[in-house]
Amino acid sequence: MSFALQQRHSVLPGFGLALGFTVLYLSLIVLIPLSATFVKTASMSWEAFWNTVTAPRVLASFYLSFGAAFIAALINAFFGMIVAWVLVRYRFAGKKVIDALVDLPFALPTAVAGIALTAVYSSKGWIGQYLEPNGIKVAFTPLGVVVALTFIGLPFVVRTVQPVLADLERELEEAASCLGATRRQIFVRVILPAVLPALITGFALSFARGVGEYGSVIFIAGNMPMKSEIAPLLIITKLEQYDYAGATAIAVVMLVASFLLLLAINLLQWWARRRGGQAC
Amino acid sequence: MRSKYHAWIGALALVAATAAQADTTLLNVSYDPTRELYADFNAAFAKQWKAKTGETVSIRQSHGGSGKQGRSVIDGLEADVVTLALAYDVDALAANANLIPRDWQKRLGHNSSPYTSTIVFLVRKGNPKGVRDWGDLVKPGVAVITPNPKTSGGARWNYLAAWGYALKKSGNDETKAQDFVGKLYANVPVLDSGARGALITFTERGIGDVFISWENEAFLAVKELGPDKFDIVVPSISILAEPPVTVVDKVVDKRGTRKVAEAYLQYLYSDEGQEIAGKHYYRPRDAKAAAKYAKTFTKVNLFTIDEAFGGWQKAQKTHFADGGVFDKIYQPKK
Repeated sequence: MSFALQQRHSVLPGFGLALGFTVLYLSLIVLIPLSATFVKTASMSWEAFWNTVTAPRVLASFYLSFGAAFIAALINAFFGMIVAWVLVRYRFAGKKVIDALVDLPFALPTAVAGIALTAVYSSKGWIGQYLEPNGIKVAFTPLGVVVALTFIGLPFVVRTVQPVLADLERELEEAASCLGATRRQIFVRVILPAVLPALITGFALSFARGVGEYGSVIFIAGNMPMKSEIAPLLIITKLEQYDYAGATAIAVVMLVASFLLLLAINLLQWWARRRGGQAC
Repeated sequence: MRSKYHAWIGALALVAATAAQADTTLLNVSYDPTRELYADFNAAFAKQWKAKTGETVSIRQSHGGSGKQGRSVIDGLEADVVTLALAYDVDALAANANLIPRDWQKRLGHNSSPYTSTIVFLVRKGNPKGVRDWGDLVKPGVAVITPNPKTSGGARWNYLAAWGYALKKSGNDETKAQDFVGKLYANVPVLDSGARGALITFTERGIGDVFISWENEAFLAVKELGPDKFDIVVPSISILAEPPVTVVDKVVDKRGTRKVAEAYLQYLYSDEGQEIAGKHYYRPRDAKAAAKYAKTFTKVNLFTIDEAFGGWQKAQKTHFADGGVFDKIYQPKK
């Protein structure tokens, strides 16, 4: 005990070096570029900053960007969980193909995804031509934004849930079953608590990706002011006017909001993991 | 032994290649639809430069949205010359980074725009909605495709052309002009962020009845996508679109390429340069080349941005800056 306190060394060597490297690396790759946006924004007065980020159009775009990303992440959490479940639990022909399909949204250039989705969902597209007569407009509406974000966010949920689900011991479920649990009880009380932290991570990743997404959304959104403009588009709009400070002001708000949301999600995950631990 | 021999040949080839390589390279930072134009022009200029001076010059091209290209140069892309879609983006090089003097546009003839274009309509074959002029674009049931002028520099010309038409029609009544442009944009179902995206919306997605376009791009679209699918309609009045060119002083002085860069731009004004511009559907400034391509380009009553709006800086501030007229069009009516 006293030995450990004196030395404060972990069993694993190289902590100092590794931490130093981590901090340096994170600074170079993440912190320095991000702090540049704060520095640029600092050239504005507080009032100008506030006027920029609370302009009705900017507010509408925040609402759309965060709202659509949230809805898309929810959809992905639900269906991604099912996809992961199917891929882990069942054996069937073509499983490898479906497994590979999941990664496609990762690999596809986002602009290509956007163009393809627009082609499918526009009023003359394969799916759009059947939806539109029924009053469902997807392309060039906020709904289209949700569709695009759902598309690009899917792999995040599947790929985080899949390994956890695969590692889950079947014996636990069998034990639960032997003790008289129904299938529903097994899912809700045994499987879900174990998977929940991973599911929340997947949700957070999908959400974070959606908030910042530009390439795939820009083609399907229609970019109508007040209706379907995403926040990154407004950043571009400001840049087109050579309003660098205004552009970074919006970026700063997005950064801070995203950071707070991710922090909240991390706390939620920590809570879920503890609860999951207790349940075992 | 044999491999040594090969290595020697390789080394010799390398030396030969280096010798044959250009003495000078220029980087021309341009906007999107000038790709083919400059591919042709660069070859012509390199040949002429070689014949005249014996030096080899090779020109690299960079294409993209005009505003984005301007920002790249401001942020340090070493462009010897820029050939952009609107003077506003070139002004930014002077205003934001002091790369060129503020009066850059006076340095070359014709407002530093060796070729021009104008704004026309692309309609579906046979013109089913009977679109003849700007007035037809505000009719109910006519869907108009044009990019967002706040993100697309090229599309600012579209907006200004419509505004100019409305001003002329109403005897310079700004309120009526705003009303007209407001109605026009109410007929726009999608505001793509750039001209290429908007063109895809119109041609590939089949959305909209009219696509407001630069004349040279309309010609290109008809040529690429089939004359059996689209017609070009030229309105009664339109704007003279002047895509300007300039040498980037800071860069050419640093790289020592001023002489060749200036000659490069001058050559755009030569007979051959004008001829190439005409061939790629830009309206030549030179009377001789213009006469040759008179059949291609319909005569239009053209006004300039300086006449109608008092120049780019003013037009940008009034119409496209945040809180400007374009934003007002989209503000929810109280």
